[in-house]
Amino acid sequence: MYSFEFARPGSIDEAVKALKAEEAQALGGGQTLIPTLKQRLAAPSVLVSLSGIAEMQGVCVSDDNALCVGGATPHAVVAKEAAKSFPALAGMASRIGDPAVRNRGTVGGSLANNDPSACYPAAALGTGATIKTNAREIAADDYFQGMFATALDEGEIITEVRFPIPEKANYQKFVQPASRFALVGVFVAKYASGVRVAVTGASEDGVFRWTEAEEALSKDFSAKAVEGLKVSADGMISDLHGPAAYRAHLVGVLTGRAVNAAA
Amino acid sequence: MPKDSGIGAASKRREDVRFLTGKGKYTDDINLAGQAYVHFLRSDVAHAKIVSVDTSAAAAMPGVVRIFTGDDFSGVGGLPCGWQVTDRNGQPMQEPPHPVLAQGKVRHVGDPIAAVVAESAAQARTAAEAIEVTLDELPPQIDMAAALKDGAPKVHDELTSNLCYDWVFGSDDAAIDAAFSGAAHVTTLDLVNQRLAPNAMEPRVAVGDYNDAAGDSTLYTTSQNPHVIRLLMGAFVLGIPEHKLRVVAPDVGGGFGSKIFHYAEEAFCTFAAKELKRPVKWTASRSEAFMTDAQGRDHVTKIELALDADGKFLGVRTHTMANMGAYLSTFAPSVPTYLHGTLMAGNYTTPAIQVNVKAVFTNTVAVDAYRGAGRPEATYQLERVIDKAAREMGMDPVEIRRKNFITSFPYATPVAVEYDTGNYVATMDKLLEMIDREGFEARRAEAASRGKLRGLGINCYIEACGIAPSALVGQLGARAGLYESATVRVNATGGLVVMTGSHSHGQGHETSFAQVVADMIGIDENMVEIVHGDTANTPMGMGTYGSRSLAVGGSAMVRATEKIIAKAKKIAAHLLEAADTDIELKDGQFTVAGTDRSVAWGDVTLAAYVPHNYPITEIEPGLEETAFYDPNNFTYPAGAYACEVEVDPDTGKVEIKGFAAADDFGNIVNPMIVDGQVHGGIAQGIGQALLEDCRYDETGQILTGSYMDYAMPRADDLPFYQVDHSCQTPCTHNPLGVKGCGEAGAIGSPPAVVNAVVDALQRGGMSHVTHIDMPLTPSRVWAAMQG
Ligand SMILES: Cc1cc2nc3c(=O)[nH]c(=O)nc-3n(C[C@H](O)[C@H](O)[C@H](O)COP(=O)(O)OP(=O)(O)OC[C@H]3O[C@@H](n4cnc5c(N)ncnc54)[C@H](O)[C@@H]3O)c2cc1C
Repeated sequence: MYSFEFARPGSIDEAVKALKAEEAQALGGGQTLIPTLKQRLAAPSVLVSLSGIAEMQGVCVSDDNALCVGGATPHAVVAKEAAKSFPALAGMASRIGDPAVRNRGTVGGSLANNDPSACYPAAALGTGATIKTNAREIAADDYFQGMFATALDEGEIITEVRFPIPEKANYQKFVQPASRFALVGVFVAKYASGVRVAVTGASEDGVFRWTEAEEALSKDFSAKAVEGLKVSADGMISDLHGPAAYRAHLVGVLTGRAVNAAA
Repeated sequence: MPKDSGIGAASKRREDVRFLTGKGKYTDDINLAGQAYVHFLRSDVAHAKIVSVDTSAAAAMPGVVRIFTGDDFSGVGGLPCGWQVTDRNGQPMQEPPHPVLAQGKVRHVGDPIAAVVAESAAQARTAAEAIEVTLDELPPQIDMAAALKDGAPKVHDELTSNLCYDWVFGSDDAAIDAAFSGAAHVTTLDLVNQRLAPNAMEPRVAVGDYNDAAGDSTLYTTSQNPHVIRLLMGAFVLGIPEHKLRVVAPDVGGGFGSKIFHYAEEAFCTFAAKELKRPVKWTASRSEAFMTDAQGRDHVTKIELALDADGKFLGVRTHTMANMGAYLSTFAPSVPTYLHGTLMAGNYTTPAIQVNVKAVFTNTVAVDAYRGAGRPEATYQLERVIDKAAREMGMDPVEIRRKNFITSFPYATPVAVEYDTGNYVATMDKLLEMIDREGFEARRAEAASRGKLRGLGINCYIEACGIAPSALVGQLGARAGLYESATVRVNATGGLVVMTGSHSHGQGHETSFAQVVADMIGIDENMVEIVHGDTANTPMGMGTYGSRSLAVGGSAMVRATEKIIAKAKKIAAHLLEAADTDIELKDGQFTVAGTDRSVAWGDVTLAAYVPHNYPITEIEPGLEETAFYDPNNFTYPAGAYACEVEVDPDTGKVEIKGFAAADDFGNIVNPMIVDGQVHGGIAQGIGQALLEDCRYDETGQILTGSYMDYAMPRADDLPFYQVDHSCQTPCTHNPLGVKGCGEAGAIGSPPAVVNAVVDALQRGGMSHVTHIDMPLTPSRVWAAMQG
């Protein structure tokens, strides 16, 4: 680790100001950033911790029936607080990493990082969430822009994420055996307006919507409806944990399972 | 009846109190006054000529004490190899130099180019980034077959090729050809025993110290065998005689073989401390562990089994390529040869066996002994090919094994070893009792109703432990003896300190060794303290590996304690005014046979140190004895293992539903510790079978250089095990009748898992699946199912 300054602002405004410093970087739970610093792969001049900002903490349900999660809320809090209101999301959060990771890692950090194998991106895209920042609101469909790439501008902070609560939903995570991130993860959510299916872990372009499955499931919300459907292995990730064809196959399997398990 | 103390008792591990309460003292806990820190600048390419190393900018960085490069070690020896294999033509293996810091070339990712010593670890690391290295990249040799091709670029320019040795062992060509030409059936299997990264919980650490007033060097290091390090480093690398060099291996957080070997960092810290006249410390990061700890396995094998029409084994022939990596680690040449070829008879009467091994240099991290070392590779190929043969011949996998079991002992195999004792029928019977094989079909049907494919894998194993008779291993090329030592020091008030050359790094020696000695005297275990790990206060020993500590080190303790008892009897005889031949020792009491006249252990020990009333003209005062024990054979633990799995046909994911191990370890000193050793071994074996895979890309970059990609087994990957060691055929040649249990689990379990998965797929109708290479990851199993 190189040395850096540390700021722990108490409000979003202060944090935004602090992030204006050259080479400043936001620190969420540090579960990705701290290991990166330890490996000396990044050298921020100042880390602006978001953990002391009360307005970025906590989970609630809005009047328009969205689960609102403060941008600095740890996964463990979501797992607990959303268990009744949005069990699929809570279940997803409860299977991220290990207890230490869940007690530190945050929704904002996960979405800002947009790891192609992370779980939250699937939940955000699969629910058509709104990512609120200090500057604007970004629809999930516009937010994810490929592996580790997002619509966030420099110094922009995710302050809250609003996940519309579906009628039914489920997240199926097939773990990569070493990291236990998603080798493939599929989030299926059924709304009155239709079904959304978001896939993480599989594509070289990061999280994506499987529109064919969405159409089929919107007509008939059953595993049968997606049985014959296949995603193409083109553009899928191939690595030592599984070739593209395997990942493409898992997308189909997990989508069916998510539909069966949807609650 | 289980005992509550002494040999056979499940005494709680006394060392766990300090480990579990954070009071262990590991090498990294050692910080010496004035200590400096070293950071190694390591090659980030696999193979290159070093054009230049410019340290001038780095040397001027804050805190830098001195920067060393390969040139600083030109007058110093290289890291020695402790075993010389002779090839099929009677020629010695090719043995390249292994400098402490790279000279001229780098040969694997992680090869150290320079070492920065600074006031802090962070300063050392920062300065290392300022070193300018110019490398001229050379084509890396990663794949063994490619590295053996004529004209392949050489890892070591001074050698004639990348072939370390081509070794043939066992039956002659005529015998093996006859076996195969007379066979009714031949089963052939090509398989890979993949490379593993050892991953001891504690990474390696070294602290070098030098006392310039006395001219003494001290090395604190994470070692399984401090005396071996003292000898190798002192005699071969740095030229320091043993009396001027102390090596201390304090609490060590796991080794699994990887901490047997003498590493460059140890020599560096000792050397630099002397140069700089201040202590120098190095603590490996986990990333460094992945690129510098000697790795395990990495064999590519073709095995053929010849059978008669009834399923009797007629011959076994194997061809293996064994990866040595870029340099010869301390015992690397012995692993694919004498720790592997000698086990190819397994538990069976196969009359003709021929083993061929080609050891190959590649631009990868060195490979050496890792839990089981050669024996898992032997067991895996043999037990897999037997399973395949049974299926091809329509025979039951248990019956085909039973048909071929060795049943009379001693048994001399065609591969040079003589099994002293064993009972393979008993362990197989025990295993079948444990696993309810009759109920399998019902379990399979129930699993099928849930859409899962269930399979059962059964196999045997044998290993050679208690390493080893020095004269024998000397003939086989070992450059060391493999005895063990113990000094038993009895104190005036009756307590004992046993100083041993064995080293404990998780095995529970401090408990089980105390049980042995206390039992012999008949005193409380808590009166015995075990001291190990410091060459300054223990007799020369060879350390801990090869499941040898109890069989060899424990035997040395028995011999030393026998001497103690003999002397104590003389003292007791004097006190009791009787002949020493009439004295009996029981429950810590010396009695004149046939009388009620006795003296207590404590009276005798006090007399030894306060010799007022003492046979001073006959014996010396004091009560302290040393013994060295050199075994006259290996020990041969053996057993039968079973694994039951369910495979998810949609994803290829394997779930282990049950695992049973019936082991024959001979006599048991502490059954709880034995259970623990077997549990840990099975966890590592299942890790290999399902998860672990140390991989390089074609350029020699380590693809699995962190836990993000290297899959270690975790608790929820593992089932509850059934383990049994009630089948006991005591070792015939050591005084405790023990065989060793440290590696069995890791040796016996991989074939059980793979046999079970293949069985599941076969029963599921996929008759094309006859083998899947480890690790059986979901994607590999799924791909195999697709055909
Ligand atoms: C062992 C381990 C296992 C894991 N397993 C999983 C898993 O199974 N599934 C999964 O999805 N994830 C997993 N993770 C990732 C983890 O859940 C975190 O979500 C992730 O590390 C990022 O969140 P963080 O709060 O720790 O962000 P940090 O590490 O603090 O920051 C990550 C990046 O986001 C930026 N950032 C942080 N907060 C904000 C914000 N509010 N607004 C804008 N930018 C911000 C930072 O500047 C940085 O660039 C795992 C992590 C570890 C260490």
